[in-house]
Amino acid sequence: MRARVLIRPKAGILDPQGEAVERALPALGFAGVANVHVGRLVELDVEDPAQLESMCERLLANPLVEDYEIVSADAATSK
Amino acid sequence: MKFGVLQFPGSCDEVDALNAARKVGDAELLWHGDRDLKGADAIVVPGGFSYGDYLRAGAIARFAPVMESVIEFAGDGGLVLGICNGFQVLCEAHLLPGALLGNANRRFTFRQVGLEVLNSGGAFTQGCSLGERLSIPAKHSWGRYHADAETLAAMDRAGQIVLRYADGENFNGSVHDIAGVSNERGNVFGLMPHPEHAADELIGGSADGLKIFASMRLTVEGAHA
Repeated sequence: MRARVLIRPKAGILDPQGEAVERALPALGFAGVANVHVGRLVELDVEDPAQLESMCERLLANPLVEDYEIVSADAATSK
Repeated sequence: MKFGVLQFPGSCDEVDALNAARKVGDAELLWHGDRDLKGADAIVVPGGFSYGDYLRAGAIARFAPVMESVIEFAGDGGLVLGICNGFQVLCEAHLLPGALLGNANRRFTFRQVGLEVLNSGGAFTQGCSLGERLSIPAKHSWGRYHADAETLAAMDRAGQIVLRYADGENFNGSVHDIAGVSNERGNVFGLMPHPEHAADELIGGSADGLKIFASMRLTVEGAHA
C-alpha cells in the first residue's frame, strides 16, 4: 500500500513557519487567509499498513508536539 | 574520572567538548556505531547535526547503537550531559521530558546568553551557586523548549528546571524561559547553550561552561568516595 502520513504542529503550539506564510500571502494580494500551519508529508510503500501507527509514534512524528494523520495515497488526489 | 564524548556523523562540537572535559578530567570519543562506552564515568552528547538532523533534530540519532548503551548507562544512574543537538537527542530518546521546536524568531541565532542557575544542588550544577549568572554562547535554529503545562508543573516541583535564560535573553521563545532541564532522578541533563565553547576566557566570552564539567567531576568522585 502506498501511504501518506501528514504531520503538523499540535494545536496551541506556536508555529512560526505558519505565521510567516500567513503574513506573506496578503503581501501577494491573497486576502482572507487565516490559521495557516506548515507541517511535513511522508510518503511510503508499506506491506503491512497496520504498522503505520507505530511508525508514527516511534519515528515519523513526535507525539509530544505533533499530530499525525495516516491516509492512503490511493484515496488521496493530487496534481 | 573519564568523560565519553559521543560522535555521530554530523556532530561538530565533539572536539570542543573533549577539550572542555580534558580541563577537568580524561576524555575519549565514542563512535556512534559502537556500543562500548569504554569505561566512561560520564557521557557527553555533543552539538551538531547528527545524521543531518533529517526528519527532526535528534530523531534518527536516538536509535544509534551507542545510544542503546547510553540509555542503559542512564538507567543505571550514570551522568549524561546533552548539549544543543545532544539535548534534542536526549529528548527524542525520552531520557528528558519535552521537545525542542524551531526558534520563535525563525532564525539561526548565535549569541552569548546570560543564564540563571535555578537549582544548584544537582549533579551538573553543584559547583554553581543558586541564582548565579553564567555567560555561555548559544547557536541554534531549533532551541525553543516545549513541554505541556502538567509536565512543567511536575518538573518545577522536582527541581528539574535547572537553568533559565536571564531576563531579556530568551531569544528562541522557550516556555518559562527554560534553558536547561534534568530528568526526575537528576542524572541526565540537557541545555541548548554550549558550555564546551565557554571553557576559556580568551575565546569563549567566559570560562563559565567549565563549571558544568567540574560539577560532573565532583558528582562522579563523590559517588566513588
